[in-house]
Amino acid sequence: MNDISVLIGGKAGDGINSAGLTIAHLFNHLGYRVYMYFDYPSLIKGGHNFAIVRASEHKIGAHRETADFLLALNNDTIDVHTGMMRPDTEIIYDAGNATRATGTPVPVSGILIEENAPLIMGNSAIIGAFAKTAGIQWDVIEEVFSRHLPKEAAKNLSVARKAYDVAQTKRVVPVIGPGHLPVITGNEAMGLGLIHGGLDAYISYPMTPTSNLLHFLAEQALHVPITVVHPENEIGVIIMALGFAYAGKKAAVGTSGGGFCLMTEGLSFAGQSEIPVVIVVGQRTGPSTGLPTYTGQSELHFVLHAGQGEFPRLIVAPGDAEESYVWSSLAVQLAWKYQIAAIILGDKTLNEGTYSFDRKELEGYRPDPEIPGEELVNGPAYGRYRLTGSGVSPPAFPGTPDTVVKITSYTHDETGLSTEDAGISVIMAEKRMKKGARLFDEIDRLGAVRTYGDRSSPVALLAWGSNKGVACEVAGLLGLRVIQPIVLSPFPLRQMKEALSGVKRLVSVEDNMDGQLGSLLASRGITVDNQVLKYDGRPFSVGELRGKVMEVLK
Amino acid sequence: MTGRNLITPAKNTWCPGCGNFSLQFALKSVLGELEQSGTSLDDVVLVTGIGCHAKMADYLNINSFYSIHGRTIPAAIGIKLANPRLKVICCAGDGDCYAEGLDHLIFAAKRNADITVIIHNNRVYGLTTGQYTPTSPLGFRGRSTPDGTTELPINPLVLMLASGATFVARGYTRKMEQLRSLVKQGLLHRGFSFIDVLQICATYNNMTDYYNEHVYNLKDHDTSGFETALIKAREWDYNGDDRIALGLFYQQVMPTYEDRVFAHPPDNTDRQKRIEEILQEKM
Repeated sequence: MNDISVLIGGKAGDGINSAGLTIAHLFNHLGYRVYMYFDYPSLIKGGHNFAIVRASEHKIGAHRETADFLLALNNDTIDVHTGMMRPDTEIIYDAGNATRATGTPVPVSGILIEENAPLIMGNSAIIGAFAKTAGIQWDVIEEVFSRHLPKEAAKNLSVARKAYDVAQTKRVVPVIGPGHLPVITGNEAMGLGLIHGGLDAYISYPMTPTSNLLHFLAEQALHVPITVVHPENEIGVIIMALGFAYAGKKAAVGTSGGGFCLMTEGLSFAGQSEIPVVIVVGQRTGPSTGLPTYTGQSELHFVLHAGQGEFPRLIVAPGDAEESYVWSSLAVQLAWKYQIAAIILGDKTLNEGTYSFDRKELEGYRPDPEIPGEELVNGPAYGRYRLTGSGVSPPAFPGTPDTVVKITSYTHDETGLSTEDAGISVIMAEKRMKKGARLFDEIDRLGAVRTYGDRSSPVALLAWGSNKGVACEVAGLLGLRVIQPIVLSPFPLRQMKEALSGVKRLVSVEDNMDGQLGSLLASRGITVDNQVLKYDGRPFSVGELRGKVMEVLK
Repeated sequence: MTGRNLITPAKNTWCPGCGNFSLQFALKSVLGELEQSGTSLDDVVLVTGIGCHAKMADYLNINSFYSIHGRTIPAAIGIKLANPRLKVICCAGDGDCYAEGLDHLIFAAKRNADITVIIHNNRVYGLTTGQYTPTSPLGFRGRSTPDGTTELPINPLVLMLASGATFVARGYTRKMEQLRSLVKQGLLHRGFSFIDVLQICATYNNMTDYYNEHVYNLKDHDTSGFETALIKAREWDYNGDDRIALGLFYQQVMPTYEDRVFAHPPDNTDRQKRIEEILQEKM
């Protein structure tokens, strides 16, 4: 099986992320499925950045622990990544900067001087030399550069060509097919899903790893009718989103754990006032500022329980680009339909990871049509919180003729007037929970728990979020089953039990220290037998997880 | 809807003599006037925070967003951006808006959002039974400061002028005609209108006699001059015994936040078509 891993490293400011993306596109054009992990410290210039690009014949969502090609723009790349080198790793390096490397030297500075090109184009020289070493035809490079380099593609091509001409072909990466797929990040997939779901407004305060979702949607606002706002802080963000929704516009917000802390009062308000809102939470390593640019899965319990009081919420944790797209769209639609908060729980690996996006995986996700029998009633008799069989009150928005729309953070009667009446308090609490029950029924029809690998294996890996990719791959190597809950609230117990049928040993894989999904399952009477937990901010590589799983199964 | 009863059936629980009654009356009569001159009350939204002032949302029979403490303004801006046709009024308290939600107030002024913010400034927390607020004078003896506060009050008018508010006024609940006029002018002003209303708290901070002795109406005041407005705004620092000017301090017509946000409308590509375009670009 063709499976290629390329590491490219340099200092922050060298354009490592975009160089990695260009390499991913080269593989994409050779017919491969790609995945890229980008590792960077929290600074703007200097510091060590690297990207691991992987290409495979099969769908992938994880990196490997060794590199077939190592592309070094500096000595740090050689020093830091010795562990990824094998004797046959092809090393291609900037002859002037990566002086401790051996392999294929590229006279980067000379090429840049000859071409009168800026320093940032040094990575194009390295890519040119890499492409030749990997036996990639020149026309593929030409096509990828002209399609994906927004600025000065011609000059970058000249730089790449010079390096291409001095390098030797050593290890040919075969062309495996003509077809290529869109290559997008988790953030972009979520953004597309939100647009698909009917989003009217996106409000966000920048925070890794969801800042790029804000940037992406701000760009899209030039084309599609969505309003994108970056307010004063995350408290303002969520309250502004509720203002949008009250006035009839579907709104989403995006943040990470720290920003979500500030949003919790707004989340609880959304629960009481029954105003829909979608919240994207991209997890990173905590507590507090923690490792701002590294990954984690330690906010599951936080999002499950955030906000005072009891109210239904939807929480989805997609595991790759396709699921990010589908479930972000569903989150908008379901939040609106049930007038609830919906949380899309990502993590740095997923949000900032780059994936091949295969539309064939999108089949079969259709929310039920609108709740029947709850007709919109406007006019003087309108009550925002009218009691109905489903618990969902027909919405109306300010500006509707003869209709007064009152929402409130207080316990309220059917017309939205505050009350402290014991009887009405109970009725309204039960009304909100009724919506949760209805949502639960709908989730149950939507494929909220997925299984992969050998579905007859008595040993199953339990993974959520971005660990889907690495768990599936390890399961493939070891002949195991994978169980991935995508919906975490309301908890899809029936589907989980079905997925667990025949499982004798359940091994959870999580990027946290507490085994948070494991304890969620325990609260539903499901026992996890072994835990493989990682909390260093870095995602599992395939080999690392394989080793750890084998160890617990010994 | 015309000729609606502007008062809801909700039981009014303000203390007898509360300054909120005056503000309720002022709002009600201004809304009635606006309706008579052609504004549909269906297009008016009242946003309130949490505190005694906020019960206005329950008492006035208009669209309302009864928010949480300190969070009137972000909601108001979201509502206005979602539907610029709506006229959005924030009734907020001094603890509500000057303490818990001060950041939002400054940003609303900075943006010149086309909303009207009325601060029910009774200079005490009423609903939590009598603690000092950001505008209580130095030495104020509240239940959290039995020995008196150890910090000076802020001057919200100066703060709003410095932040870019384009309509800055001060009213007093015992000057009804002026209060009505200020509320009406604020609602008609295009841009961010800020009205600090000195309101007595009948139970915890009854300053009626003090205000009656100290207030005077601005006369021959040039409302277009920033410097003159600033001088007048600094005359009383919410602490000393100086004279307290009432009226419109400053008004300026500037492009609003909504004007700028919507200055470049999208090319209105069909959503699905745009999604396909992006996926194509990413191949």
